[in-house]
Amino acid sequence: MAAAGRHILDVRGLHKSFGTLAVLKGIDFRLRERELAFVIGPSGSGKSTFLRCCNRLEEPTSGSIHVDGTDILAPGVDINAVRRRIGMVFQSFNLYPHMTALGNVTLALRLASRKSKAEALEIGRAALARVGLAHKAQAHPGELSGGQQQRVAIARALALEPKIVLFDEPTSALDPELVGSVLQVMRDLRETGMTMLVVSHELQFARAAADRVVFMEDGVIVEQGPPEQVFGAPQQARTRAFVARIDGHR
Amino acid sequence: MDRFLFTFFNGEVMWEYLPKILSGMWVTTYLAAFVIATGLALGLLLAVLRSTLSQKMPAPLSWLAEALRLLIIFFVDVMRSVPPLVLIVLFFYGLPALGLDIAGLGATWLALSLVLAAFAEEIYWAGLIAVAKGQWEAARSTGLGFLQTLIYVVLPQAIRLTVPPLTNRTIAITKGTALGQVVAVQEILYQAYSGLSFSSNPSPLTLGALAYLVLFLPVVVAGRWIETRFAWRR
Ligand SMILES: Nc1ncnc2c1ncn2[C@@H]1O[C@H](COP(=O)(O)OP(=O)(O)OP(=O)(O)O)[C@@H](O)[C@H]1O
Ligand SMILES: [Mg+2]
Repeated sequence: MAAAGRHILDVRGLHKSFGTLAVLKGIDFRLRERELAFVIGPSGSGKSTFLRCCNRLEEPTSGSIHVDGTDILAPGVDINAVRRRIGMVFQSFNLYPHMTALGNVTLALRLASRKSKAEALEIGRAALARVGLAHKAQAHPGELSGGQQQRVAIARALALEPKIVLFDEPTSALDPELVGSVLQVMRDLRETGMTMLVVSHELQFARAAADRVVFMEDGVIVEQGPPEQVFGAPQQARTRAFVARIDGHR
Repeated sequence: MDRFLFTFFNGEVMWEYLPKILSGMWVTTYLAAFVIATGLALGLLLAVLRSTLSQKMPAPLSWLAEALRLLIIFFVDVMRSVPPLVLIVLFFYGLPALGLDIAGLGATWLALSLVLAAFAEEIYWAGLIAVAKGQWEAARSTGLGFLQTLIYVVLPQAIRLTVPPLTNRTIAITKGTALGQVVAVQEILYQAYSGLSFSSNPSPLTLGALAYLVLFLPVVVAGRWIETRFAWRR
């Protein structure tokens, strides 16, 4: 179901080094509107770094990144405006512990999008409802389960009406019984046509929901294609080895 | 026993010097209040400035930022190393020589404020860096700017962490108002000490000790309460 459409994310020749350590060694990657791509790969292969370059949490060493047509590495670019259009969901949720769920979701609406208080509250409540947590609006993160916290974090990203949402291992910090609720939210999100780039090892979910699976190793994209191909008939020996390894774990 | 009572708890002498001690209490109170206000505010300002200067920025600007950052650290370390009494005396005699007219009260206020600011800066700073990096990243990823993130996301968490050590340090330095005695600030110790010299009886000193107790015991108790209240809740 790879949809036709313009590219929301367009990455070319992306390199990133930390000092002398080259972590990304020339990534070319494009993601169309409404597409869901899954990034897999061994630990340290640069998956997180790749995602974090896409909203400039890490500063790329070279290459170009366009998000929804905007060159986000251009000299005078308003990075805060760019980031509002790129949602990000972290492995460790990173909710603000001193604020309620609703406070977490509305903070950027108030400060970055400059919405009125009433408007922010309305959008915030709607975002929490989308992840099934309308009734937890007044709860603090400490009072929520891991799965609920991650859903609030997703709501926080969604409230800004992003063009794309980046997920960095959204379920790996969760107890197994809580993973399902987060994946369900992601599935719903996909139904609404959200463009998503997901680093995760939830293979079942990838098989069911991904348009494309991208295998990264050692700072390059080794292989990409529809899930049946990458999981079922990988072209590259390295992909085959990796898929066999993670499949064996389940 | 009678002698002890006569010496240290001489009612007549105490009564005579009570008004002086009371006026000393007033001086100590407002001096302490000003030191706390200036010290904590300046400390916070320095920590925020240090954090801002620690950001990544382009080359010529980054050198200036680094120089300022090192200056803050130097100031903080100096103020934490020199005994407050030395600073008070230095300001009292030094600043007028520089053409800056300063009374004992001003010198004491300035010295204690700077010392408190230095310790407070270090405590705030420790609190700032103790806040998880993910908090910065989450906030910045939603389009919040550096200062917005600092003010709305990081500082509230940092300050919560700093309340217990800050309370202790504030109490310790506030008691340093007694040092103003050497530059004739008419606070409690000064009054008690001059009472002792005039009456040749240490009872005014007893009264002074009681005055400190009346002033600071509630603060210490409140500090303990604040500590337990803020220590674990996050
Ligand atoms: N801020 C940094 N400074 C220095 N090295 C870093 C930094 N961030 C990441 N690295 C290094 O870059 C490499 C890639 O890290 P990255 O986190 O992108 O890998 P990953 O594929 O996400 O791994 P994992 O599956 O363990 O999350 C690793 O060797 C890591 O040590
Ligand atoms: Mg990672």
